Amino acid sequence: MKYNLKVWRQKNSKSEGKLVDYTIDSINPDMSFLEMLDVLNDNLVRKGEDPIAFDHDCREGICGMCSLHISGRAHGPQHAATTCQLYMRSFKDGGTIYIEPWRAKSFPVIKDLVTDRSAFDRIIAAGGFVSVNTGQAQDANNLPIEQAHAEKAMDAAACIGCGACVAACPNSAAMLFVSAKISQLALLPQGGPERNIRAINMVNQMDAEGFGNCTNIGACEAECPKEIKLTNIARMNREYLLASLINE
Amino acid sequence: MSTLNSKIPEGPLAEKWSNYKEHAKLVNPANKRKLEVIVVGTGLAGAAAAASLAELGYSVKAFCFQDSPRRAHSIAAQGGINAAKNYKNDGDSVFRLFYDTIKGGDFRAREGNVYRLADVSRNIIDQCVAQGVPFARDYGGLLDNRSFGGSQVSRTFYARGQTGQQLLLGAYGALERQIGLGNVQMYSRHEMVEVVTIEGKARGIIARNLITGELERYFGHAVLLCTGGYGNVFFLSTNAMGSNATAVWKAHKKGAYFGNPCFTQIHPTCIPVTGDYQSKLTLMSESLRNDGRVWVPKSKEDAKAIREGKKTAADIKEDDRDYYLERKYPSFGNLCPRDIASRAAKEACDDGRGIVPSGLGVFLDFADSIKRLGIDVVKARYGELFPMYQNITNEDPLKTPMKIYPAVHYTMGGLWVDYELMTTVPGLYCLGEANFSDHGANRLGASALMQGLADGYFVIPYTVGNYLSTEIFVKPIPTDHPAFVEAENDAKERAEKLINTKGKKTVDDFHKELGKIMWEKCGMARTAEGLTEARKQLQQLRKEFWSDVNVPGTLNEFNPEFDKASRVADFLELGELMVIDALNRNESCGGHFREEYQEGGEAKRDDENYRYVAAWEFKGVEADPVLHKEELVFENIQLQVRSYK
Ligand SMILES: Cc1cc2nc3c(=O)[nH]c(=O)nc-3n(C[C@H](O)[C@H](O)[C@H](O)COP(=O)(O)OP(=O)(O)OC[C@H]3O[C@@H](n4cnc5c(N)ncnc54)[C@H](O)[C@@H]3O)c2cc1C
Ligand code: SF4
Ligand code: FES
Repeated sequence: MKYNLKVWRQKNSKSEGKLVDYTIDSINPDMSFLEMLDVLNDNLVRKGEDPIAFDHDCREGICGMCSLHISGRAHGPQHAATTCQLYMRSFKDGGTIYIEPWRAKSFPVIKDLVTDRSAFDRIIAAGGFVSVNTGQAQDANNLPIEQAHAEKAMDAAACIGCGACVAACPNSAAMLFVSAKISQLALLPQGGPERNIRAINMVNQMDAEGFGNCTNIGACEAECPKEIKLTNIARMNREYLLASLINE
Repeated sequence: MSTLNSKIPEGPLAEKWSNYKEHAKLVNPANKRKLEVIVVGTGLAGAAAAASLAELGYSVKAFCFQDSPRRAHSIAAQGGINAAKNYKNDGDSVFRLFYDTIKGGDFRAREGNVYRLADVSRNIIDQCVAQGVPFARDYGGLLDNRSFGGSQVSRTFYARGQTGQQLLLGAYGALERQIGLGNVQMYSRHEMVEVVTIEGKARGIIARNLITGELERYFGHAVLLCTGGYGNVFFLSTNAMGSNATAVWKAHKKGAYFGNPCFTQIHPTCIPVTGDYQSKLTLMSESLRNDGRVWVPKSKEDAKAIREGKKTAADIKEDDRDYYLERKYPSFGNLCPRDIASRAAKEACDDGRGIVPSGLGVFLDFADSIKRLGIDVVKARYGELFPMYQNITNEDPLKTPMKIYPAVHYTMGGLWVDYELMTTVPGLYCLGEANFSDHGANRLGASALMQGLADGYFVIPYTVGNYLSTEIFVKPIPTDHPAFVEAENDAKERAEKLINTKGKKTVDDFHKELGKIMWEKCGMARTAEGLTEARKQLQQLRKEFWSDVNVPGTLNEFNPEFDKASRVADFLELGELMVIDALNRNESCGGHFREEYQEGGEAKRDDENYRYVAAWEFKGVEADPVLHKEELVFENIQLQVRSYK
């Protein structure tokens, strides 16, 4: 199969970027999208050109490192899949594919398709944990947790921190990501004691990082590879509101 | 020169660790703040260590090459984590987990270490639950367990098929908390490229800032390497693309002995290789063998017809199928250990009965389970795995059997460490998959997560204190010290040589070639002849690499091709050591199978001559390494033939 690619090239965070045309053929439909890029890079290196930088690591949809905006969709056309889980059979032979980095003020481009998502780490550092030092824990089964709650917490905990929700949102809001962590810990008794302070600190950090506001568009949920639900945002808003009242 | 003293504490097995803890030297809180610890790697082992040490009050610097500590390769672990909680009341105990681990490792691990691992396994679950790790629970709200990897008790804790992710996110949360509190300085997108030693002690590292390309110097009173396994020597493996051996290899070259480098684990259930563009192999969880039956056709003709697409699995009648694991190992059947299942698949394929076009693949069939349990039960059990398989291969395992083949998965070998997890370089520690310590010649399923977290949360906080208590008078050494300058220069020279070679072959050309040699000659089955040949080929390949590799771009920019080249350069040297070690070990044990040493097709261990850890000392890239032996003493376990028949 053959494709026309329009790929965002940008030397570093300070320079301007632009879309550059490439064509690639003899692509096997069972190749993954990133393997297609490997092949393109291999061609570029052999021609003495600069290969395209893109983030990736596990290549099985769990590390959250890969991050491409593909023909207008975060992680490409397939529902509930990361870029590394996309296969070329989902793309029409002879078609044109646009490949761009996550676009958001809080995720500046480092090079080509690679962005800086450290804002997410700082949000977690503001409160996305339970404050329990090593060695302080009681026996695990002393704290039974209703199975349904544990399952719901797990649904939220499945977030891989990829940032597709931000990239998909016209406001570059990070609500889905932040709410997933807040929900996970709000649904579990372990998260109880820090519930209020967590909601306040994480939301404040999210604002400080320059992420936008939620206007209920739902693009984040639609593009999230781990199917994190919008209801988490509702839960986060409630947590935040309650916490603000208590703080009054 | 350092001698091999494993420093196993005195006393009965069950009391060694408490004896150690009771007598370990302590550092007072005011001094802890003045002591700096470098933690390289923030997977389960590193994140747990960095967080725990910062909680104690040490001043920690942590490094990882990904853009966030949350992305370490530990995140990909699916199946679960073992712990001797005996919540199921099915007869589990610390001793039983200890025993299973030693036996599973084919009697090539240290009793003292493994017992401690089994012991602290229980604290790990408590700690993780307290952090909010959403483990699976039963209807009563208590923790659920499953049996994993053929173990006779249910001791595996899990969070759906994402156990590694949830454990890592727990440790990452603890780490981020300490970062937020200012107790840990985090350096993401940084790759350690040199260890700095001063007067024989580890005193810091040189790291490459992967964004700017700059080499940076960092001081530490102690350095902890928690950098994961080196399976990517084989090019194709289930490891993440970036997993590498650079940190441990650089430490090895600075005096840290390398333990049992040839012990690698080949996992039986991975998706077979389909083309040479492939960048990595995907693991299909071992749990599938609970309900799947492994088979190939009895006749080569049928197999050939399937390979050529003239027949499908459904065309092969029940009587014409060879369920070879059930045939060869009637008591364990499809659940026999990984090394055995892998070798059996290779044997069937070498016999011309493989069922994928390359000839290297066997069936894993769920038809009987679907008949027995109903399609809904099977679907629910393997919820995420079936769609994942279907997405990759475009085939539905509910309708037609899966196709699987073994792939490189884990490295039991690693830097030699003593009971305190210290390498042969004082002040240099090694944790997690990067060390050699607990799994002997074969690792049991769900035991790597356990070991990483045991090392990081529960062992190192005690053992590093024992060392640092003697370091409290050492003032931080300024990084313009000649040892730092020299180490940086070494790294710089090497980097310049790499980037300036501007040859004709790409980094991947060399990596693939290396992988092919290792897989064919130092993979599932090894011979003296093949290994001898492999060593020559590797030396040749290394020469070629340094004269003909083409690394694009420059050194002072974000340059992933350069990062890759620098890792492959180290793999090329480590590969040779693996081959040397495999050649030295004239026996078959665990994942190490030497064709010359077998009995009736089964591995033949030689306890008389090889009941030791091979710890190799570096003497120069072109020189022969020197072998040091750590005899393994078994006082609490009877050595026996590991039979699963
Ligand atoms: C697909 C898969 C499934 C698995 N499933 C299971 C399972 O179910 N149960 C189980 O027990 N085990 C499982 N394992 C094994 C287990 O996941 C690993 O052995 C374990 O997670 C390793 O943890 P670690 O902390 O030692 O290293 P890693 O998690 O690999 O972390 C390595 C860290 O070191 C850093 N690093 C490496 N080199 C450098 C350098 N030069 N400079 C700076 N930083 C560096 C990386 O950035 C990373 O932070 C699985 C493995 C794979 C591949
Ligand atoms: S919520 Fe979804 S899209 Fe957003 S970071 Fe998490 S996994 Fe990615
Ligand atoms: S590379 Fe890890 S999620 Fe895509």
